[in-house]
Amino acid sequence: MSQLQEAHGQVITSAEHLHRDAKGAKIGMWLFLFTELLLFTGMFLLYAAYRYIYSAEFHRAGLETNTLIGAFNTIILLTSSLTVAISIAAIERGEKRLSIAFLVTTVLLGFLFLVNKYFEWSSEISRGIYPASPKLMEQSNGENLFFGLYYAMTGLHGLHVVAGIIVLSSLVVLLVRNRITQSDPVKLENAGLYWHLVDIIWIFLFPLFYLIK
Amino acid sequence: MRRAMQTTPKSAGSSVRYGTYILVWLALIALTSLTVGVAGMNIGALTVVVALLIAAIKSSLVVNIFMHIKFEDMIFKVFLGIAGLILFIIYALTFADVFIRK
Repeated sequence: MSQLQEAHGQVITSAEHLHRDAKGAKIGMWLFLFTELLLFTGMFLLYAAYRYIYSAEFHRAGLETNTLIGAFNTIILLTSSLTVAISIAAIERGEKRLSIAFLVTTVLLGFLFLVNKYFEWSSEISRGIYPASPKLMEQSNGENLFFGLYYAMTGLHGLHVVAGIIVLSSLVVLLVRNRITQSDPVKLENAGLYWHLVDIIWIFLFPLFYLIK
Repeated sequence: MRRAMQTTPKSAGSSVRYGTYILVWLALIALTSLTVGVAGMNIGALTVVVALLIAAIKSSLVVNIFMHIKFEDMIFKVFLGIAGLILFIIYALTFADVFIRK
């Protein structure tokens, strides 16, 4: 009886300990996300200042970006946010297979986003639109700045998608090996937070680069 | 085993239903269609304001539901509030500078 109570007490203490750790890990993750936000904020500030100074050129240049691919990639990233959220909810309910399936789906959607990006950039580069290209050097400063920011910002965002794919793929392995479980899902939760941040940044990039008309 | 599971404190988001996530996703897709539709209309300088407003609504859905901020402890909301305030100050000061210099 007392042994049982002791065992039970231990379960509670270890669970409480786990809980505290998980909260600390999550706070750490949020602090990291704020530094990411500052990194992108610098670029959004540049965009805002140059768009204000060169508004006519930004509008002209904005017509060159492919709204359809941009919208398609927006839907892909929003859907990948849904699938990673479901993957986390599934492991928290102890549904391991469902969690793995939705996490793999998230990774595949990330790849699909990058494939679209590849075709998009290829088509623009083949039309002579890339930083310091002869075509852009002939045009005004404003158009050159627009495409400089376009490549820098969507490129940095693309690198974050690559990083997210690497992290989420390794978490698939940890899920399979039971290193992420119903009682200890914080690694997956934090990776999910990162993936959602990448989604949020795209939510702002999309109207700023693809919807100027 | 089962009892042990029940005593394990639930993490913040575990009460969110799959259906809630799907509803939020549908709202995000609808808002994306809306922002593309509005961009095609000729409303001048309002275009960027409406686009950023829609982007802000979409972000708050992602932050609150997908990122569980709505269900987290107060400390996370305070953090987010302070971060938001700092960003606001940075943007406001930069814009003031750019507008005055022009």
